[in-house]
Amino acid sequence: MKNLNFLQPDNKNLSTYLYTGVTLVSLSIFIVFLNSFFGKDLISFLPETISFLLPLVLGFIGLHLIRIDYSGLKFLDTVNKNINTNNFNAFLSLLIVFVVIKSLPPLLSWFIIDANIAGDSKDVCTGNGACWTYIKIWFNRFMYGMYPNPEQWRINLSFIALGFLGCLGFFATEKFKKYLTLYYVVIYPVIAFFFIFFFISGGPIFFDFSYGIIAAVISIVLGFFIPSKFKMYYFIIVPITFYILLKYVFFYEELIELGKLEALEWVETGAWGGLSLTFIVSFFCLIFCFPIGLFLSLGRRSDLPIIKYISIGMIEFWRGVPLITVLFMSSVMFPMFLPEDMFIDKLVRVIIAISLFEAAYVAEVIRGGLQALPRGQYDAAKSLGMGYWKMHILVILPQALKLVIPGIANTFLALVKDTPLIFVVGLLEIVGMLNLAKTNPEWLGFAMEGYVFASVLFFIICYAMSKYSYNLEQKYKTER
Amino acid sequence: MNIKKILPQLLTLLVVILIFGFFSYNAQVNMENRGITFGYGFLSQESSFDVQFSLIEYDGSHSYFRAYLVGLLNTILVSVIGIIFATIIGVVVGIARLSNNYLINRTAAVYVEFFRNIPLLLQIFFWYFAALRALPLPQDTEPMFGVFFLTIKGFFVPAFVWNNLDVFIYSIIAAIISIIFVRIYAKKKQENEGIQTPVLSISIGLILILPILSFIFGGVDASVEIPVIKQLSQSGYTYEGGIKLPPELISLALALSLYTATFIAECVRAGVQGVSKGQKEAAASIGLTPNQVLKLVVMPQALRIIIPPTTNQYLNLTKNSSLAAAIAYPDLVLVFAGTALMQTGRAIEIVSITMLTYLSLSISISIFMNWYNKKIAIKEK
Repeated sequence: MKNLNFLQPDNKNLSTYLYTGVTLVSLSIFIVFLNSFFGKDLISFLPETISFLLPLVLGFIGLHLIRIDYSGLKFLDTVNKNINTNNFNAFLSLLIVFVVIKSLPPLLSWFIIDANIAGDSKDVCTGNGACWTYIKIWFNRFMYGMYPNPEQWRINLSFIALGFLGCLGFFATEKFKKYLTLYYVVIYPVIAFFFIFFFISGGPIFFDFSYGIIAAVISIVLGFFIPSKFKMYYFIIVPITFYILLKYVFFYEELIELGKLEALEWVETGAWGGLSLTFIVSFFCLIFCFPIGLFLSLGRRSDLPIIKYISIGMIEFWRGVPLITVLFMSSVMFPMFLPEDMFIDKLVRVIIAISLFEAAYVAEVIRGGLQALPRGQYDAAKSLGMGYWKMHILVILPQALKLVIPGIANTFLALVKDTPLIFVVGLLEIVGMLNLAKTNPEWLGFAMEGYVFASVLFFIICYAMSKYSYNLEQKYKTER
Repeated sequence: MNIKKILPQLLTLLVVILIFGFFSYNAQVNMENRGITFGYGFLSQESSFDVQFSLIEYDGSHSYFRAYLVGLLNTILVSVIGIIFATIIGVVVGIARLSNNYLINRTAAVYVEFFRNIPLLLQIFFWYFAALRALPLPQDTEPMFGVFFLTIKGFFVPAFVWNNLDVFIYSIIAAIISIIFVRIYAKKKQENEGIQTPVLSISIGLILILPILSFIFGGVDASVEIPVIKQLSQSGYTYEGGIKLPPELISLALALSLYTATFIAECVRAGVQGVSKGQKEAAASIGLTPNQVLKLVVMPQALRIIIPPTTNQYLNLTKNSSLAAAIAYPDLVLVFAGTALMQTGRAIEIVSITMLTYLSLSISISIFMNWYNKKIAIKEK
């Protein structure tokens, strides 16, 4: 017990320093813990300012005492290295721990302990906590908007089917792997389009959907007998031709009249809403903005001057204006540009507007990837006698797209986060529905619960997306 | 030039011209049917609507152009406030992300992940409809430091009442100009003689001393006007005097800066991490002090990486400020593309002016950025 220097703890009197320090730190945390969870103040006999600062001072001294280099204790070294490297760090660590302890009880009580979820009217919400009953009652509206309740199975079924079809890629055997790109780029979007616009929208057009499916199935089956050289063209041209044939040559409208079954009820797009609309809008914009952006980025790097300057103009225009003005344009200005008798559905206009807007951002991201490729790749491809398209499809794009996975993922995330803006044209996805529910005279005063609920939903979606993109990035990373 | 190069260009041009022709033809027909002629003459007409919050004098008797200016100034105001706070928060969080203290590092990471994965519109709504609505009424408000009043009706802060304000402003301008000269001199001196001048302390001294001199000799005089509570009706109270920051402005600036700060934090982190360790070691090995290493070696290189994406974020913040329309903060979109459009029905003119305003803003910034990037790019031999 000689040379006990409290200003500079060292290894010699390790246990003394350690026990004193740990006791002080535990004491300070214990005081704050008691105070915040049980409302008891152990040191209330002291003046207010001192009792407020005492835990901080105690903990600070304690942390100072246990800051011993090379103590030989593994745990102590880890603690010192991570939260206790110097006085300033120790102070900040203590502060963070205290703030967390202090803020836990009110948060817990608001979220869980004092919250209500039972019952089905506003009256059960008496406590100070959150009123989850509000979310429970409005849950259907937050998910499906004004979509009629008995018809909601259509949305569920479509999403389940599309989710299943979307996951098919993971189960594909080696033999079908080469068709995956084609499937995801051409077939899947077409199927999704049919599903959403004819099944969720419903009505007599439901028959369009069935004929479309028949056309798609027949052409896929026939497709296996086509030489691989023409397959690409085949799968683009044939389904469309089939569809046009059915629609205009075989006069299928008369067929519908003939076999008029009990068709699905038509639900206009104005009634769609809630989280399902968020999904629908982001899904379509995602599908459309990628190819548009790809072509714009190629156009921007093209050596044909007219195409180059048109692409630059497009990209810079969409990137220069806020999305809200684009939506304004699509809702108030765009109808002026159309013939009097022509009407484009509000939802379609919004999807076109957002797709064009995000495509400009995708284009810039892809351009970054294209620029990052060394010139040698272009030269090598050209020296093998490849033309422009062959070079890009086989050599350049696979490498460039791999490089820009994080950038594209960020753009898609921005897209998902931008969908609430469609309230400008009167479409109410989940945030819009929240604002509607908030003004309902029977449910006034629950804005907080609604926004917290939506925030959690969006956080889960966006966080999952960003983690998935990170995985993709790691998976396709190639060493150069 | 062969046919393979000319044909696609001609086709694209043709398609673009056709689309534009189709649109403008329809627009002409539609406007003829509605009896409006295309033109910007309406800008000088009397607007006859009021705006809640305005930096310049404005009421219904002013022109639509004046309304446009009001909206533009409000947009600039909220953007500048947002940029200042976003930079402060972003830099602090970005440095915290680099800290070797596990708790600080994690806290900053949680903040970044949380705030950037939630749509900005939702955050604005949260602050405006949920958080700020929980504030007390004017009559129940406890003053902060005795002079600030944070109420449900807005944030009331004391205002300065100036005498000879122009002299004060001239003194600040003079201080800034002399600081610039000092910097140029210091740089020259360092390049020629290798001697460092304490630029920072000289600058701080100048910017403090010159305005103080203007108080002593220039006849400048400032007094503080503290907001005072005033009864409007039986139960309606408000504050008079001082400056009122409306809750729309507060929630918008708060949401914008918290949201954009997450992106700036990531830029800062990437910038500092982007400076290779060898640079620091090399700088230390030629005998620079840790301060000099930071100031002369790390920061110039880190800033080269940080500044371009951060400017982009500032631009995004400015564009995102148009979400103000959702909570009725009278910015450019709400005043001009909203109210003025409703009143005049001139969709094409008004939307095009609004878009052009934002477009010219962002294009001028991106031209400046390109110039700046070229200037600071490492010149390799």
